[in-house]
Amino acid sequence: MLEASDITVRYGPRVILDGVDFSARAGAVTAIVGPNGSGKTTLMRALTGEAAYHGRITLEGQDIAGAKVWDLAALRGVLPQATPLAFPFTVLEVVRIGLSRGVAAGQDGLIRQALARVGLSGFEGRYYQELSGGEQQRVQLARVLAQVWEPVEGGVPRWLFLDEPVSALDIGHQLQVMQIARDYADAGGGVVAVMHDLNLTAMFADQVALIGEGRILAQDVPGAVLRDDLLSRAYRCDVRVNRAPVDGTFILPHAAGMAAE
Amino acid sequence: MAPDIAQAPMLGDRSARAQTLSLVLILLLGAAIVLSLAVGASGTSLWQAVLGLFTGEEVGVRERIILMDIRLPRTVMGVLVGAALAVSGAVMQGLFRNPLADPGLVGVSAGAGFGAIVAIVLGGMLPAGIAAMFGSSLVPVAAFVGAWASMLLLYRVSTRRGRTSVATMLLAGIALAALMGAVQGVLIYMADDAQLRTLTFWGMGSIAGATWGKLLVATPLILLALAGAPFLARGLNALALGEAAAAHVGIPVQRLKNAAILMVALAVGSSVAVSGGIGFVGIVVPHLLRLLVGPDHRYLLLNSALLGAALLLCADVISRVIVAPAELPIGIVTATLGGPFFLWILLRQRGVLEM
Repeated sequence: MLEASDITVRYGPRVILDGVDFSARAGAVTAIVGPNGSGKTTLMRALTGEAAYHGRITLEGQDIAGAKVWDLAALRGVLPQATPLAFPFTVLEVVRIGLSRGVAAGQDGLIRQALARVGLSGFEGRYYQELSGGEQQRVQLARVLAQVWEPVEGGVPRWLFLDEPVSALDIGHQLQVMQIARDYADAGGGVVAVMHDLNLTAMFADQVALIGEGRILAQDVPGAVLRDDLLSRAYRCDVRVNRAPVDGTFILPHAAGMAAE
Repeated sequence: MAPDIAQAPMLGDRSARAQTLSLVLILLLGAAIVLSLAVGASGTSLWQAVLGLFTGEEVGVRERIILMDIRLPRTVMGVLVGAALAVSGAVMQGLFRNPLADPGLVGVSAGAGFGAIVAIVLGGMLPAGIAAMFGSSLVPVAAFVGAWASMLLLYRVSTRRGRTSVATMLLAGIALAALMGAVQGVLIYMADDAQLRTLTFWGMGSIAGATWGKLLVATPLILLALAGAPFLARGLNALALGEAAAAHVGIPVQRLKNAAILMVALAVGSSVAVSGGIGFVGIVVPHLLRLLVGPDHRYLLLNSALLGAALLLCADVISRVIVAPAELPIGIVTATLGGPFFLWILLRQRGVLEM
């Protein structure tokens, strides 16, 4: 269980998050959506302990403010939006950074499995700096997966925090990465993802938190949050939610400008 | 020999290569040590003396003195200073996440030199009690404080929210060096003749003045810094991902940064105190090693120490023979070799500079 209560984040005088309550449970994919500048990435940074916040955040009962970084690292992995590297690491070396202690014999297999999971088998010897942005993003996901490979460890769920995990990817790899998140949650782990793509959110999320102007406008199952009125108000344009031809819903940006108040 | 499949390194894993390279570098360092003991102004009979060291044969008194009191301390200092400068370079580059960081280039050596010069010139003005308390460690301690202060300042100025700006770092280094230069100018103006000679010689960088007395103070400090370096390796690897990501994989980032800054200040401060400004070792050595076996700090730091020591000894041997019977200061040799090499790195790394 991830619980954040009364979270306020300020950058200087500017209030980015204003007394936000947010929670996520293990076994579910929880998506955070909202327009640019609404504070969704800041919420993510507070939840992972990166941004200084007022309020209280607990992950599996531990207050993250007082927790040791290595204890948190054993409990959750965090995928940043983009990770440029200044040194010529190979893909294998990058994934190995995620592993906690040295290079035990069994860990080579784990690296291989993690790379296979993100569809990068055979990339072990390639130079990270020479990969495309999307490939780099998937290498980083493999690194994070290797860090918290088992979704449940000793009866305690582990967590993935993904900051716009699919924004650099083509549609095939978007589905692949979202399926990884889905499977992790189905196996008992927790997943919290900042999402730009509302359709992928509708397809893969169990819970959606919609943020606007530093506040949570709604947090519920996708059907209750991904609605014409809520989305139009949050994103300040005319949005229509439709039934998808096969199953599920799809969201159509319809016209610029604010929907009628 | 057929490769054993179970033992075969995984694709992209350069650990085995890095370990093999360590063995090669140990041999290279051994050869450089022998060369450094045997070559010099007093002729080739010292080959006999070096052989004598190993075979136990009798050697002449003159040879023994040259070997034990001149060449041996000089060689030991070459090993220590070369290792310290190269490892400091590697650690700084890891800390700043930038292959261009180097104690000489960004003003850390200047800070150490500043501290040392202050101690040399103003040391005489200290009350006798305090001067006696520090004794011969006054210059190294002052150099360490100078290096530490400039590392802290440099890091504060060039790093914001976990990201280092290369341009700011290099420019801050220029500003630091200029400031130190100005104050040094004043101190040089104040210095007497004997102090002036010490300062001039020292500014060019040399290990020719090595004595057991100087080594007595510098050796423990450098060894302490070198012994601490391996503990930074895993953290520096993670830091390559950025500060936030390093914390997310379980690295106490602030502690790591403090330790790295302290380690660099110790190594650079005590090196500069005994050998002056020897440039480029800290940038050339780690860069070559990254090309050969990759940037994994678990191997980079050890290999930097070995190659840095070997390289500095070779440069010192060159400085002894190139204008024999006179000697060039070693700083001139490393700058002559390192300058073009640095330009070559710049050409390869232009993308990084645009960050």
